[in-house]
Amino acid sequence: MKAEGKKRVWSEYQKEIADDHFFYVRSCIRQSFFPGSEQFFLHFMRNVLGKDVFENPSHTTCTGIGYHGDIVPFSTIQTVVARHFALMKESGYKNIAISCVTSFGIYTEIIETWKHFPEELEKTREYLYKATGREFDIPENMAHTSDIIYKFRNEIAANASYRLVNKQTGEPLNGVEHIGCHYSKMFPKYGVGGAEFPNVLGGMIETWGGKVVDYPERRHCCGFGFRQYLVQANRGYSLSNTAKKFNSMKPYKPDFVLTNCPGCNMFMDKWQYTIKEIEGTVYGQNGESIPVLTYEELAGLVMGYNPWDLGLQYHMVQPEPLLKKLGINYDPDDKFRTKDGRQMPVPQNLINA
Amino acid sequence: MREMNARVVVIGGGVAGMETAGQLARAGCRVTLVEKNTRTGGHLNDWYHLFPDRRDSTEVLKYLEKHTRHSDIDMVTGATVESVIKNHKSLIVKIAEHEDLEAGAVVIATGFDLFKSERKEEYGYGIYDNVISSADLEKMFREGSVRRHDGRIPEKIGFVHCVGSRDEKVGNLYCSKLCCVTAVKQAMEIKKHFKNAGVFCFYIDMRMGGALYEELYRESQEVYGINYIRGKVSEVSENINNRLIVKVEDTLAGRPLKMELDMLVLMAGMEMSEGGQKIAKASGLETGGNRYFRSADHHFGSNLSRVSGIFYAGTCVAPMNITETISHARAAVMDVIDYLRNKES
Repeated sequence: MKAEGKKRVWSEYQKEIADDHFFYVRSCIRQSFFPGSEQFFLHFMRNVLGKDVFENPSHTTCTGIGYHGDIVPFSTIQTVVARHFALMKESGYKNIAISCVTSFGIYTEIIETWKHFPEELEKTREYLYKATGREFDIPENMAHTSDIIYKFRNEIAANASYRLVNKQTGEPLNGVEHIGCHYSKMFPKYGVGGAEFPNVLGGMIETWGGKVVDYPERRHCCGFGFRQYLVQANRGYSLSNTAKKFNSMKPYKPDFVLTNCPGCNMFMDKWQYTIKEIEGTVYGQNGESIPVLTYEELAGLVMGYNPWDLGLQYHMVQPEPLLKKLGINYDPDDKFRTKDGRQMPVPQNLINA
Repeated sequence: MREMNARVVVIGGGVAGMETAGQLARAGCRVTLVEKNTRTGGHLNDWYHLFPDRRDSTEVLKYLEKHTRHSDIDMVTGATVESVIKNHKSLIVKIAEHEDLEAGAVVIATGFDLFKSERKEEYGYGIYDNVISSADLEKMFREGSVRRHDGRIPEKIGFVHCVGSRDEKVGNLYCSKLCCVTAVKQAMEIKKHFKNAGVFCFYIDMRMGGALYEELYRESQEVYGINYIRGKVSEVSENINNRLIVKVEDTLAGRPLKMELDMLVLMAGMEMSEGGQKIAKASGLETGGNRYFRSADHHFGSNLSRVSGIFYAGTCVAPMNITETISHARAAVMDVIDYLRNKES
């Protein structure tokens, strides 16, 4: 495999990522499933880099899951997104930072629709104005929050307490990167590195000392696929897609999976548990499963934050094997304690624990 | 015959340009042949055997070289034409870092560029070691050694048709005409090299519209056992054993197919040459939606531009095989002679 070939592809997909003054829009599910991720992003941007990141409490879901589940019409989701843009305009921001790949895909799809079908834009302006009296501008700069972490990956490396290197062997850790279908597969120009050989997560892994695994089913869906999962009768199909991916990556002995999309993280994490329960299969080494991290969680680990403050214990696949490889000291007794020291209930059947 | 003394400048020293220059000289014209490379012959220098009769390409090259070794042909190589500008009754050919040439007529024979296979990112050309282009394979044939990147003999080889042709995504709606038959020819060559190799061609539909093409296609199946799978390759990746994994939809069987291969050959299509595009732009010459030079008339004026005195020959107007290119070049010569003899003084 020729690394220079990938670099050539990346050079053709260099998107402009704003440097400061972001209007931040959260994901619906990330705060539940990976509660430390968005928190870390805001902390890193505001307190470490000193950037201006603004949140408007009136921001809502983008309704993307409903849209992909065929219960939210296109005109409705366009108007919801237009309302987000109106909140941004009212707050005085022009750069949007989106914390969810599903939402990011929705925003890109709608902006592209408006470019090619201006009548849809005019219709949406009218719907929003009639419903709320609001007006909006299309963002001048649109970035997924992983784009922003990618932009500042060198600053993270400069502040790193750990490198993505196996402390015992000195070898780079093997990282699987999974960008999620809706990040750039629809519109490659919106993704760092495009769609076929994306670099948004791979660039982070390599900058922080790890090695990116290129395996045959790298491009394959995580298994979520909206209707594959949302329609209960299709869940076996969802599971089989996840199994296909993990079977494909297994020979490369990944030490961790790094995800871009909340749905991907959830499914690649939780379906490992399900597959183990159903057939006893695990995909990591030494009978362990492969920890699945968000980019904020990985950045936080590299920068030396407490894994439990980053919320790693809320994944189904527990991170201890990865923490040991990195040489990170952690207090197992602290894992399910609140910040004021109260013991929380300990979940049963966690894997890798 | 007064005007036959005027100089004719032929731009491009590939098959069309060489044939045009040779025939014009034989007809009594003074010709300057301008070629951007240091060597004439164009793409022919890179081909091995030609379809449909698998003739060695050097035979055609020798024929063209023999005809262009003529006292009335001035050869200017390593020179890039920038534009052709009408100046009253004559034409001025501007050449980078050379003196301008004045001509009574100009024949543009700037040919084609092969589609850059890396633009189809999903196939991983330039990234995966054993994904090669049809031109790379020709080179291997010429060198007498078809091998994987690791030096091993490929046992299972795939050919992807229509790479950069009939593909809206890359902006080429047209068929390049020659890739199907080239794949058939190359697949047969592979079987001649490696009798036991498994060879698979992935096609949209087989366009065997030339003389003896269909017969060649049939022979490839009956005699050589080439497998043809109707379906376009969607993505290529590499497994841990450094073999290629190809995903394709078999549209006849109606199901997706995943195959492990040792080598994948991308049948790169033809595109209007970059040099031709620059000349068209700088000279105000019309091009079509496919970016090739637009002829004055499809039926009666395939060699004519809309500027009197400027003519087209060969694949600068559309994809053509070598036989068609030579015929088109000869037709251009007829038009040039007619123009020089009969143009208003």
